[in-house]
Amino acid sequence: MTHLENVVLCRESQVSTLQSLFGERHHFSFPSIFIYGHTASGKTYVTQTLLKTLELPHVFVNCVECFTLRLLLEQILNKLNNLSSSEDGCSSEITCETFNDFVRLFKQVTKAENLKDQTVYIVLDKAEYLRDMEANLLPGFLRLQELADRNVTVIFLSEIVWEKFRPNTGCFEPFVLYFPDYSIGNLQKILSHDHPPEYSADFYAAYINILLGVFYTVCRDLKELRHLAVLNFPKYCEPVVRGEASERDTRKLWRNIEPHLKKAMQTILKTQWYPNKYFIKVFCYIGLSAHTHVELPYYSKFILIAAYLASYNPARTDRRFFLKHHGKIKKTNFLKKHEKTSNHLLGPKPFPLDRLLAILYSIVDSRVAPTANIFSQITSLVTLQLLTLVGHDDQLDGPKYKCTVSLDFIRAISR
Amino acid sequence: MLINHALRELMEIEEVSENVLQVHLNGLLQINDKIALKEITRQLNLENVVGDKVFGSFAENFSFLLEALKKGDRTSSCPVIFILDEFDLFAHHKNQTLLYNLFDISQSAQTPIAVIGLTCRLDILELLEKRVKSRFSHRQIYLMNSFGFPQYVKIFKEQLSLPAEFPDKLFAEKWNENVQCLSEERSVQEVLQKHFNISKNLRSLHMLLMLSLNRVTASHPFMTAIDLMEASQLCSMDSKANIVHGLSVLEICLIIAMKHLNDIYEEEPFNFQMVYNEFQKFVQRKAHSVYNFEKPVVMKAFEHLQQLELIKPVERTSGNSQREYQLMKLLLDNTQIMNALQKYPNCPTDVRQWATSSLSWL
Repeated sequence: MTHLENVVLCRESQVSTLQSLFGERHHFSFPSIFIYGHTASGKTYVTQTLLKTLELPHVFVNCVECFTLRLLLEQILNKLNNLSSSEDGCSSEITCETFNDFVRLFKQVTKAENLKDQTVYIVLDKAEYLRDMEANLLPGFLRLQELADRNVTVIFLSEIVWEKFRPNTGCFEPFVLYFPDYSIGNLQKILSHDHPPEYSADFYAAYINILLGVFYTVCRDLKELRHLAVLNFPKYCEPVVRGEASERDTRKLWRNIEPHLKKAMQTILKTQWYPNKYFIKVFCYIGLSAHTHVELPYYSKFILIAAYLASYNPARTDRRFFLKHHGKIKKTNFLKKHEKTSNHLLGPKPFPLDRLLAILYSIVDSRVAPTANIFSQITSLVTLQLLTLVGHDDQLDGPKYKCTVSLDFIRAISR
Repeated sequence: MLINHALRELMEIEEVSENVLQVHLNGLLQINDKIALKEITRQLNLENVVGDKVFGSFAENFSFLLEALKKGDRTSSCPVIFILDEFDLFAHHKNQTLLYNLFDISQSAQTPIAVIGLTCRLDILELLEKRVKSRFSHRQIYLMNSFGFPQYVKIFKEQLSLPAEFPDKLFAEKWNENVQCLSEERSVQEVLQKHFNISKNLRSLHMLLMLSLNRVTASHPFMTAIDLMEASQLCSMDSKANIVHGLSVLEICLIIAMKHLNDIYEEEPFNFQMVYNEFQKFVQRKAHSVYNFEKPVVMKAFEHLQQLELIKPVERTSGNSQREYQLMKLLLDNTQIMNALQKYPNCPTDVRQWATSSLSWL
């Protein structure tokens, strides 16, 4: 047990709850357990470590990998087969297409000698993807103990709360266990645990203290904090390495590291705008966003600015802004009603091509001829996804466009 | 459970166990009629008989199976009991062919079969098609929980008591005495009353008992009232509040900005740009410039909230519109947010004050 405590920090009560649920090997445990908590709160790690340390027969499947039913079921059966037949090297691959076959094959596989009397655990990580698969899958797994009439427990791990999983017509309610997020003290303890051997534990602990002080407001995710710790540690050690300060000279070290950390906070958390759902995190260390690296030709910049103006100004105001001699402006009540939802908040509006060209002619000082060059530049802006085409390709009365960049970008390119 | 018990009793009669065949089907497993038919074939051990024959329709296949059950002299055939679990799911199959055929045969006295369906839905008859319904014998048995609170307490005691066959007699006696004392204590009665008022369901009682039994260890051998009360709290925990507990300060600020938007615009959907503007209004007050993060950082926090399903887009994402302008709804209640904020660790006081202020532009 002490080995377990050394490996799994700050999760004593959850580990003890799980252990008491598992009970003895041959006991029937609760048919399904649902564990939820934030990302990096240790759900996967604790479950895996616990099952491995106690040497309970288990199968671990990540539902992100299994985008079809068949992949999921076959993976479980094949892994179980490998568990049970450890003597003979090659075991045939099992194919399974429906849940019905799965239950039947599961009954067969668990008749093997070393699996017969023990509880078999099936752990499904990222269980929220099960909701999007077949409708009978989730209720089926919740009741697997009853359906297969075997000693099996299914453990679901997810970030999303149980209430969002429950099917409409009800199901067998699992045992819900919450993994609370780590407090700042716990984070300190865990992060200081993996200090590099060259430096003393206290030195590293002081560094972690500083790091948490700066980053805790923005980020409580253990994985990211760990990454940040590893990244910034060399900079922190620089004075010591260069011989300017000793390990205990905290003030000097702090003065050295503080501006660096503040800068890191602005840039290091700037990921590319990938959907977080699939956990693709690309850390972008460059301070500017990638868009401003695109170098646009002269006319394209004007076209883009014209497009932005066309998207965000309503068409009635064009006359006022762009003609040299504008007539009297009648202040109508119409304007006041629409003030509440400013165009900037609602997003760009589509505009026809003629309007774009009209605004372009008025903002460019020199004469612009409507050559094919201009039109091809417009099309290349569409390809770069700085403008989008709205409506069908083959609309006969002129295509309509929308501008998809922000005001900051426009400002950046107009310098 | 009832079915199994009844079946077991029935099987004890000699004649019955020799003659009668049972087929157990479950709506969760057999999700269409083809699979159901294969399962029936398998359970009746008629696979070798069917072999590779190709049948035109479901009915032909089924009647072939049942004919094959007839004994040698072709005068009588084995009675079969069909037990259909999750019956309402069978009613969702295409044309309800399986149900139609089963009821048809049971009504037309070709082969003696009995069909028992188990379901949770009270409106099951409405799901059946007209022709299926007409062949149904309309015999329904309702199993309702009709016990009152004193009986609930008795069930509680019975569930917890150890049976007489327990090996350690001395411990069993002490345990049962403890259970008896517990059931008479006031705090325990209050906890049970609360659970009874929410749901008479025995499964929820099991869950409560399970949670409190988890605390019984070698050093803490008898259950106490405190265990039950803590278990009851765990049962009624608000899980969304737990998730909010783990968010970073920036994400909490975004949620408060959304709350203010909801208050002002009365629950109209908002998009990221609106939330960002609201957040900027907070940041631009002099003392709060420490929260001045750049837009992509705020966008990342917004997306994290979306991933945790605390906010949801109003309609499915379309490729054309930008992500910042997509309309979203907040899936948390005002009271939930305020409660979660109370428990939020290390919450800066200015954020807390902003949350409680009702006019956000002051």
